[in-house]
Amino acid sequence: MADIVLDKVTKAFPDGTLAVQEFNLEIADGEFVILVGPSGCGKSTTLNMIAGLEDISSGELRIDGQRVNDKAPRDRDIAMVFQSYALYPNMTVRENMAFPLKLAKLSREEIDRKVDEAAKVLELTALLDRKPANLSGGQRQRVAMGRAIVRSPKAFLMDEPLSNLDAKLRVQMRTVVSRLQKRLGTTTVYVTHDQTEAMTLGDRVVIMRAGAIQQVGEPQELYDHPNNLFVAGFIGSPSMNFLPATVSDGSLHTSLGDFPLGERLRSRLADVSGDLIVGIRPEHFEDASLIEDSIRQRGAEFEATADLVESMGSDKYVYFTVEGEKASAAELEELAADAGSGDLPSSGSNLVCRFSAESRVKEGDTARIWVNLDKIHLFDPSNGRNVTLHEGRSSGVSA
Amino acid sequence: MTGAKWRWGFLDLVVIVFALIPVLWIASLSFKTPATITDGDFIPREWTLENYRNIFNTDQFVRALVNSIGIGLISTLVAVVLGTMAAYAIARLDFPGKKLLIGISLLIAMFPQVSLVSPLFEIERSIGLFDTWPGLILPYITFGLPLAIYTLSAFFRQIPWDLEKAAKMDGATQGEAFRRVIAPLAAPGVFTTAILVFIFCWNDFLFAISLTSTERSRTVPAALSFFQGASQFEDPTGAISAAAVIITIPIILFVLFFQRRIVSGLTSGAVKG
Ligand SMILES: Nc1ncnc2c1ncn2[C@@H]1O[C@H](COP(=O)(O)OP(=O)(O)OP(=O)(O)O)[C@@H](O)[C@H]1O
Ligand SMILES: [Mg+2]
Repeated sequence: MADIVLDKVTKAFPDGTLAVQEFNLEIADGEFVILVGPSGCGKSTTLNMIAGLEDISSGELRIDGQRVNDKAPRDRDIAMVFQSYALYPNMTVRENMAFPLKLAKLSREEIDRKVDEAAKVLELTALLDRKPANLSGGQRQRVAMGRAIVRSPKAFLMDEPLSNLDAKLRVQMRTVVSRLQKRLGTTTVYVTHDQTEAMTLGDRVVIMRAGAIQQVGEPQELYDHPNNLFVAGFIGSPSMNFLPATVSDGSLHTSLGDFPLGERLRSRLADVSGDLIVGIRPEHFEDASLIEDSIRQRGAEFEATADLVESMGSDKYVYFTVEGEKASAAELEELAADAGSGDLPSSGSNLVCRFSAESRVKEGDTARIWVNLDKIHLFDPSNGRNVTLHEGRSSGVSA
Repeated sequence: MTGAKWRWGFLDLVVIVFALIPVLWIASLSFKTPATITDGDFIPREWTLENYRNIFNTDQFVRALVNSIGIGLISTLVAVVLGTMAAYAIARLDFPGKKLLIGISLLIAMFPQVSLVSPLFEIERSIGLFDTWPGLILPYITFGLPLAIYTLSAFFRQIPWDLEKAAKMDGATQGEAFRRVIAPLAAPGVFTTAILVFIFCWNDFLFAISLTSTERSRTVPAALSFFQGASQFEDPTGAISAAAVIITIPIILFVLFFQRRIVSGLTSGAVKG
């Protein structure tokens, strides 16, 4: 077990691609850190540099306080689980799991003992004599995990270990991974594409974009206080709604209507002028008829026609189209491209609201909607910064 | 549907018969006595092993067989060992001149061998390689190596890169990763390549006839053309047929024996399936 420190770690590929830039992160002993970001943002490259499979172009990587930049993977004592599992097809499950121990020249009895122990933890005991070709996807995944845990390494690195599994199995394996990590208490760096994995698995989440860290924090922290547009749009599903806005005469003008600026916003908008982007999470809207008077004055109301209502049982997702310009910023385009919705034809902006299940709104109805102004975020479209965060927080990492 | 099947089946049959009749004919000739060899019967009227006995009693054939096996095995071994290393590098590494290397080996593989015969003859005579084992082994390696590089790099490309990375993470050195993970997976490819190269050497007539002059290094295909029969006045047809059958046998055995290995799933189960 060990702490891992990345100090201005940078990776430039020979062809000039700057895959990772000045990556700073301190991972505490036993911590579970998640790296997320859109495709091609440098997650795997970062992980491979920690593993020693890619050279570090500049900066320093320390494991347990020791500089390991120039150490071979085998001298770093780190285990890795690959997206493809990378099981040795010519070896049985037992041999696969014993392989790292054999290379470490352990005695036969010790190897057998450790393999049996790991197999028991991962419920692989009955499969020990099978070849990988005769295992299901989930079983292969567990063997890959088993191979990583048998030798009790200083840290685990996992590169999208669950992305090849089907949805149901993924949920199941997520809890397996989580429990295993808690039980072993081994420092873990986990790369994923998946919102849910990022929010549920890690102690801390690192959001990356184009090789640079956008924000590091506990999942809830990232959700509640995103540093910038990119983080705000990336975390959350369905994602935050963005609309263009301007500020004048103490009120906020949006295509939903004019909202009064409360105490909270007014103090932070003192030195901001011009165009803004307002960001509102779906759950911060509510069917206005369901709002109690005590909290009604914390928000504002407007009317819109529901395009689509999806009832989830526990709550309702209601989709509206808001006429007028769309919010535009480089970050938003990038997020849309990553989500594959970059070129969906639509006039105006789409608004997703989460209402409680008691709401009687139906498709085609003109609904009265309440929005919680305490929870809205305002972003500067030129640099993506969240201007609603208090200074201390937003100065941490810049966009 | 079934109509098409029958048509294809019939076509296959025609091709097989066309290819096999001459082989069976040679085999039939090799079992005939000198008196009946010209009778034109497909099935010998009088069966005899005399031809086989005769060729194994002549020094000429036995010596040629030894040459063929020795030269073939050495050439194959060298070509496959070098080819494995080159193919691994081609499949795994990006190094300057990689394209050039592939281009040159393709060029060599395509080169008309007959245009090399006279220059090689002159060169080997002047440096003393003419009519020696190395004199044949060298050109065989030259043409066998590109073949080996081609087949093997196709095999190496099929082996997932991740396996090697995984081995390194598990604590293997580059050498251990190759020996314990990559090599076992590449084995069927290496066998296939070895067979192809060996068959190429075994079958070669052009170099064998032009770069040898005595029994010292003459291989079987070349030696066949010098067959005189047991005595000078005997018709050598039976003996030649018997020798032809003998040299076909190793190839058939090879292919039958390794067929399983060659076609069996190479890397199934390594990665997501
Ligand atoms: N060998 C290489 N040479 C040049 N560029 C590379 C190389 N490997 C990766 N890159 C580039 O580096 C960037 C980061 O790649 P990386 O594989 O780390 O992305 P990722 O975040 O893991 O993406 P994904 O989620 O799709 O796996 C990409 O733009 C990629 O094109
Ligand atoms: Mg990746």
